Amino acid sequence: MLRKISTPVIAILIFLALWELLVWANGWPNYKMASPSDLPSAFWKYKELFFVMGWQTLWRTIVGLFLAVIVGTLIGMIIGFSKLARDALYPLLIGFNAIPKATLVPVISLIFIGQHDFNTILMAFMISFFPIAVSVGIGLSTLEPEYRDILRALGASRFTIFRKIALPKTLPEFFGALKVSATLAFIGTNLVEIVSPHGRGLGALFKSGETNGNYPLMFAVLIALAFLGIILYYAVIFLERVFAGWADREGS
Amino acid sequence: MAAPSLTKGDTIENLIEIKGARHAYQTASGPLPVLDGLDIAVPAGTFAAVVGPSGCGKSTLTKLVAGLMKPDEGEVWLHGERVTGPRKTVGMAFQNPVLLEWRTILDNVILPLEIVAPRMPTKDRVARAMELLDMVGLTGFESKRPSELSGGMRQRASLCRSIVHKPDVLILDEPFGALDAFTREDLWQTMRDLRAAEPFTAVLITHDLRESVFLGDQVIVLSGRPARTQYVMDVDLPADRTLDALFTPKAADMLHILRDQIKIAQGRDVEGHV
Repeated sequence: MLRKISTPVIAILIFLALWELLVWANGWPNYKMASPSDLPSAFWKYKELFFVMGWQTLWRTIVGLFLAVIVGTLIGMIIGFSKLARDALYPLLIGFNAIPKATLVPVISLIFIGQHDFNTILMAFMISFFPIAVSVGIGLSTLEPEYRDILRALGASRFTIFRKIALPKTLPEFFGALKVSATLAFIGTNLVEIVSPHGRGLGALFKSGETNGNYPLMFAVLIALAFLGIILYYAVIFLERVFAGWADREGS
Repeated sequence: MAAPSLTKGDTIENLIEIKGARHAYQTASGPLPVLDGLDIAVPAGTFAAVVGPSGCGKSTLTKLVAGLMKPDEGEVWLHGERVTGPRKTVGMAFQNPVLLEWRTILDNVILPLEIVAPRMPTKDRVARAMELLDMVGLTGFESKRPSELSGGMRQRASLCRSIVHKPDVLILDEPFGALDAFTREDLWQTMRDLRAAEPFTAVLITHDLRESVFLGDQVIVLSGRPARTQYVMDVDLPADRTLDALFTPKAADMLHILRDQIKIAQGRDVEGHV
């Protein structure tokens, strides 16, 4: 247990040391690249802002991700169960996913002028639902027919078969996708926060660091984002253990 | 329901009856006939083993009996009732044990009861499942996950699941096909003991002639695709037969006849009736 925590902590410390060394060896001023030793003072000076903005970024990311789970699972069910829907929707989904989401920021800010929270959540959702939809769809469409037949032969309804077999069987794929989506959702949130004028959240804090030439602040924001990303990722891992722990055969 | 082509007398005789079934699958290159005049009659409480060349439509036959499919032509009767869809009195086991990895062995066995008898108390469900697990020698493994069991043990659990709700019709689609020879013989004996303890009428699809003779009361040989009933053999061995019975001259004769029938089914003589 101790090793489980100490190993990544030591790895992070080594990473910070190498970063410090790189900046020191090149003699870079902190407007070229801030070093880890510049960061604690930046965090301390703006600690209230970090809490307020960090929370804004976090809750909007989580709401966006939550929507992505609901809509992504629904789309996944539709393309997983219906070949017609699969043929019809796949090109649309892939095309939509291929659009760089940065180009959508001005579009949605014009459609929903001033709705900053809504726009941010919408972007987090749009960037993160695709992996969930595809993995649920593939999980359902590749279900071996025998799994269905054991219950179908007893006259079970499609919904019962979905609830008792298809849904739990798809959970490992679903959580695999959710890990990817969780980090993608952060990208979506920050995209809007950075690009929108008078934005909020850590993205806006980053932008203000840039405007004021406060480079240690910018790097401190990046570290804070990485920290939130790690927290959300491990929250997903925790949920995976609870709901799909059976798929992990390490312990058996 | 009116039963124009079946008299009441027949229904008591034969629990499973397929008459003149014809069926073709629609494929991109036109219809592919799989069944062409399939007749099967399985008296109540007996075991019918179905053998035939690969791809001759044996799995289609299981789907007909299970009510998962309707034939293009012909009739399927269970218990004197025309089969029009799935029914709760059917149990199925396949070559792939298809156990649910997220459930324990016990909960896997209980699964059909959740569909068939939703109001049955948990205590009774567990007692029924444990009784069967005990019969197949899986006592002590009930709280294990399927991935912790060997292939033979998984197949034993799958057999328990197929009969936990006391189906009157059991459909076995090559359930022992993927097991090694020794495990397979163990499971034959388990199946024989289950039969003695639990009354059901079974259709066993198999590629193994020895298996068909050991477990079957009759062996039905299907022709190559499209399948029709080519030959039916009554197995004249005692019900409590042991594996030794397979090494008697009588069994050797039966196996020899079946072997010849399979050769005919494989296309050496398409019209070959004995």
